[in-house]
Amino acid sequence: MTRNLVVVTAGLSDPSSTRLLADLLGDASLGALAQRGEEASLEVVELRPLAHALTDHLLTGFATGDLVAALRSVAEADAVIAVTPVFSASYSGLFKTFFDVLETGSLDGTPVLVAATAGTARHSLVLEHALRPLFSHLHAVVVPTGVFAASEDWGTGGASGDLRRRIDRAAGELAALVAARPRTERLDQFDRDLAAMGDFESLLQRP
Amino acid sequence: MEYGIFTVGDVTTDPTTGHTPSEGERIKATVTIALKAEEIGLDVFATGEHHNPPFAAPANPPVLLAHLAAKTERIKLSTSTTLITTNDPVRIAQDYAYLQHLADGRMDLMLGRGNTGPVYPWFGKDIREGIPLAIENYALLHRLWREENVDWQGKFRTPLQAFTSTPRPLDGTPPFVWHGSIRSPEIAEQAAYYGDGFFSNHIFWPAEHTARMIALYRSRFEHYGHGTAAEAVVGLGGQVYLAKNSQDAVKEFRPYFDKAPVYGHGPSLEEFTSSTPLTVGSVAEAVEKTLSFREYAGDYQRQLFLVDHAGLPLDTVLRQLDLLGEVVAELRAHETVAA
Repeated sequence: MTRNLVVVTAGLSDPSSTRLLADLLGDASLGALAQRGEEASLEVVELRPLAHALTDHLLTGFATGDLVAALRSVAEADAVIAVTPVFSASYSGLFKTFFDVLETGSLDGTPVLVAATAGTARHSLVLEHALRPLFSHLHAVVVPTGVFAASEDWGTGGASGDLRRRIDRAAGELAALVAARPRTERLDQFDRDLAAMGDFESLLQRP
Repeated sequence: MEYGIFTVGDVTTDPTTGHTPSEGERIKATVTIALKAEEIGLDVFATGEHHNPPFAAPANPPVLLAHLAAKTERIKLSTSTTLITTNDPVRIAQDYAYLQHLADGRMDLMLGRGNTGPVYPWFGKDIREGIPLAIENYALLHRLWREENVDWQGKFRTPLQAFTSTPRPLDGTPPFVWHGSIRSPEIAEQAAYYGDGFFSNHIFWPAEHTARMIALYRSRFEHYGHGTAAEAVVGLGGQVYLAKNSQDAVKEFRPYFDKAPVYGHGPSLEEFTSSTPLTVGSVAEAVEKTLSFREYAGDYQRQLFLVDHAGLPLDTVLRQLDLLGEVVAELRAHETVAA
């Protein structure tokens, strides 16, 4: 059965080191899953083209255009790789907005690999003080190794030794979580509300 | 099929002139709009209930509706919505039964929870109890209109002993009740359980969402033995801005749309019209879009349009109603052909 990996990347420039890191993590995760005999597909959700739709969602309460499919992809993913640039010592506002409008429960139990890029390694703890708590709140299972890449990690145009090792280690941890997780039908908010509701007699008698 | 308008009674600055109507102006304009609705042959006028700025809708809709009952002859008077959470169900039972007598039965009401958190504590309630309040309060209201000497004990109000709500409903027939909700399946379930109507606001959410709520209500209506799913009583909101041709409609409405209190400063008018039931265009376009609602709602019984919001001046709203009259005439002609 094919597993679907979804990469969410909030880089703004083109080319973007955030997207570069996202692609490396995506490829490494596909490779790690293949080693475990798991077939997987990879979808990349770039947030920059969704920026207007995300702001509209904040204002109107519903998704339009390509944002509908992007939110659905993440909600139905077997694993998510979430990559953000560091802005003012945290994830970017665009990155946060995407997870703000994601329907409650969309990431329940989903393995998530967190990663971030910045101009300096002094921001590396952003993974621990910003991204990990965010995804814990969303009830995701965050892999133990987060991947942070500062400008100096890129060496000569690609991931150099230490970064490469962190990517492979995180991808391996993600693959292990995915392989261990049974595939289950994901209910959306409406179906979950419905399942929790019971029939009307029980609503009438609820204390 | 009934056609009508519903208002939320917002007092909004006209973004094209900077004029903000006084509460008095807005209240009198609402009366003028309701009378015009009857004049152009609409079936229903419904008012919201509000307790705080920027609204000048009645805190108790029967105050406005009783006035309209005296000034109109045919149009049915309703609400959009009556707050079942923060009003005492005893007061709802009595005020609306009184209205029913004054209006010779020309009324019904739509119950809603209200989603403005601060309103709840003004009436001693807690928004976190919104659904349980709606369920318990209506269970009592339902009995008060059907039984005399009611004994009652619930969680949210003082007990009643051998209480008879007066006046009794006209001819012993309780007012028809709609339950309105945007996204709570409990309310669709409630409407189905009692065999009441279900109304979907249908303005701020895309059509797929409305379709799921209505499908749930219809299947549960049948489950509770009130008739087939197709016989369930469904109402839909809608929103139009009309002109002789669509270019003029878009040009005239855009400044209001762009700053409208609910969706302003967000999606473009074009994006909003393509993803929600809003029509900004000609009479023919409004007819076509309204007919398309049946594709996901099935045959339904009431269509209400929002026409008097976002700072639109009274004379514009009255011109809108003339065009809406043309829309409704065409929709009725379609029904006749279909029948």
